[in-house]
Amino acid sequence: MSEPLLSVKDLRKHFAVRGGILSRVVDKVHAVDGVSFDIAAGETLGLVGESGCGKSTTGRCILRLIEPSSGEVYFQGADVTKMNHGALQALRRDMQIIFQDPYASLNPRLTVGAIIGEALTIHNLAASRQALEDRVVQLLETVGLQPDHMRRFPHEFSGGQRQRIGIARALAVEPKLLICDEPVSALDVSIQAQVINLLEDLQEQFGLTYLFIAHDLSVVEHISTRIAVMYLGRVVEIAPARDLYDTPLHPYSEALLSAVPIPDPTVKRKRIMLEGDVPNPIRPPSGCHFHTRCPIAKPDCSQRAPVLEEKRPGHWAACHYRG
Amino acid sequence: MAEPLLDIRGLKTWFKTDDGMVRAVDGVDLHIDRGETLGVVGESGCGKTVTARSVLKLIDMPPGRFEEGKILWQGRDLIPLEQDEMNKIRAREIAIIFQEPMTSLNPVYTVGDQIAEVIELHQKLSRKQAMAGAAEMLRLVNIPNPQRRVNDYPHQFSGGMRQRVMIAMALSCQPKLLIADEPTTALDVTIQAQILELMQEMKERFGMAIMLITHAMGVVAETCQRVTVMYAGKVVEEAPVEALFGNPRHPYTQGLIRSIPRVDRAAEKKQRLEAIAGTVPSLLDPPPGCRFASRCKFAMDVCTQAMPPLKEVGPGHYVRCVL
Repeated sequence: MSEPLLSVKDLRKHFAVRGGILSRVVDKVHAVDGVSFDIAAGETLGLVGESGCGKSTTGRCILRLIEPSSGEVYFQGADVTKMNHGALQALRRDMQIIFQDPYASLNPRLTVGAIIGEALTIHNLAASRQALEDRVVQLLETVGLQPDHMRRFPHEFSGGQRQRIGIARALAVEPKLLICDEPVSALDVSIQAQVINLLEDLQEQFGLTYLFIAHDLSVVEHISTRIAVMYLGRVVEIAPARDLYDTPLHPYSEALLSAVPIPDPTVKRKRIMLEGDVPNPIRPPSGCHFHTRCPIAKPDCSQRAPVLEEKRPGHWAACHYRG
Repeated sequence: MAEPLLDIRGLKTWFKTDDGMVRAVDGVDLHIDRGETLGVVGESGCGKTVTARSVLKLIDMPPGRFEEGKILWQGRDLIPLEQDEMNKIRAREIAIIFQEPMTSLNPVYTVGDQIAEVIELHQKLSRKQAMAGAAEMLRLVNIPNPQRRVNDYPHQFSGGMRQRVMIAMALSCQPKLLIADEPTTALDVTIQAQILELMQEMKERFGMAIMLITHAMGVVAETCQRVTVMYAGKVVEEAPVEALFGNPRHPYTQGLIRSIPRVDRAAEKKQRLEAIAGTVPSLLDPPPGCRFASRCKFAMDVCTQAMPPLKEVGPGHYVRCVL
């Protein structure tokens, strides 16, 4: 295999929990607890998991929107975590992000033209005012909006249209990698499909690589080439999308998949019901983080943390007893 | 046929705003029989929540007002009832749970106090008996250590546990109808599965009917017997669940079902999602004719002239479309 576009190695992010009158650090939240994966150019890696599993933090650490505590992130062979400010700025031309909330991620005081054009100005990608405007018009048309929309403000648009504006802004600098952080979860289903189709079209048109972060497994399955499942800061399974859905190896992935409601009353499936809630990430369970809820846990699961092993070709899982 | 438990006829709940009259619910007919689960589906702004809140008269008036229609509860119209009459029906006969359990619980009282308050008020029991009842309800909804947890505050519970508390509170007076307004939307998928199972269990135990309001077609397919689909303040289709998913007749329903990616079809060839073009129309002075016409791929001239009536196309299957 050729060198991956992005390679994440043992990424960790610990947030300090402060308490007491002196605001001392009393504890740490292990939001990302040793995550490693590669993304090949042109593929879509889906990152799924439930709230608080660390999937969004992972995405932000890759861009250094949040500084990772340790670990390495290689983009085209260069370690992002060691870059200085200038190198990082240049890098952000190649790596862009779109956010979940299209209401909070667009500056309400700027026109759509200014929002999209800002990145072009920062990276000196427009020779003249006219060139800038032409490029903005071109981007708006690429994402299915009208040229005259550039003079309007974000509040004049619906959620789906705002997400298109966010996508146009990300595309402005012609990135190679797009980190999509829950890009459709705030949208209605009929609009969700429009945005997913747009993302697929753009990938084909511009040869983009996606890291697609979402909690909705059906959406992730639809759009991804490969999928990584996270639980409490760790990747528990990583596999080609179809393999993961056909033969999930990790008991957590299996339960997660079986919990997804199927929009067809004639399909009856056996549901694996997980007991209890996700444990507190300040004090994650010892050994395998999942052992407190795992239907097949054995005594030593609380002692030894399993590592990701290649159980089948291209199919990795972190479980002592599966595969 | 026996009289339905709840029979909503031609309900119009409108809101007066600075921009004009918003016709949030604009002539809705639906009924629920004893012991059945009716799903009310639609996207944001379709009027499903306003319909539900109208039943319990939880709409602020002004700006809202009942323009027309009847809400027959076991044959008796609720619309003319005074506050104190309504209070006899709320909780005791019709209870409601909401999407966001944290904002529906009072943060400064223990959950025991809040459940006991409902019991005390509606069943004329002493405080001590009511507290015992509260603990019993917590036990019923599978909250571990109910005797101890009655003294905890809402923030000490996780999202899923809070929704259990809400269910315990709603069921404490054994209502005949539970209105569940997006009860699992804020929850993770494994927790959603737990809550849906709990609702099913409680329904069997108490023999109540459920009006489940949701945008998730998967949840509807797995829990409801009948479904009402709403679009822009109108019912566009009503059918038994198998008929709705097996043979959807309204173009909007068809679009909704086809726009969702299916986890269980992972093995089949990947298809492009069928998105519904455009966005939901404004409910400010909507034009005559079918509200879906502007997004419908089958729209004809007649569609924009007059609102089509609901017509029966199969046993219990009604559709508002000229096709």
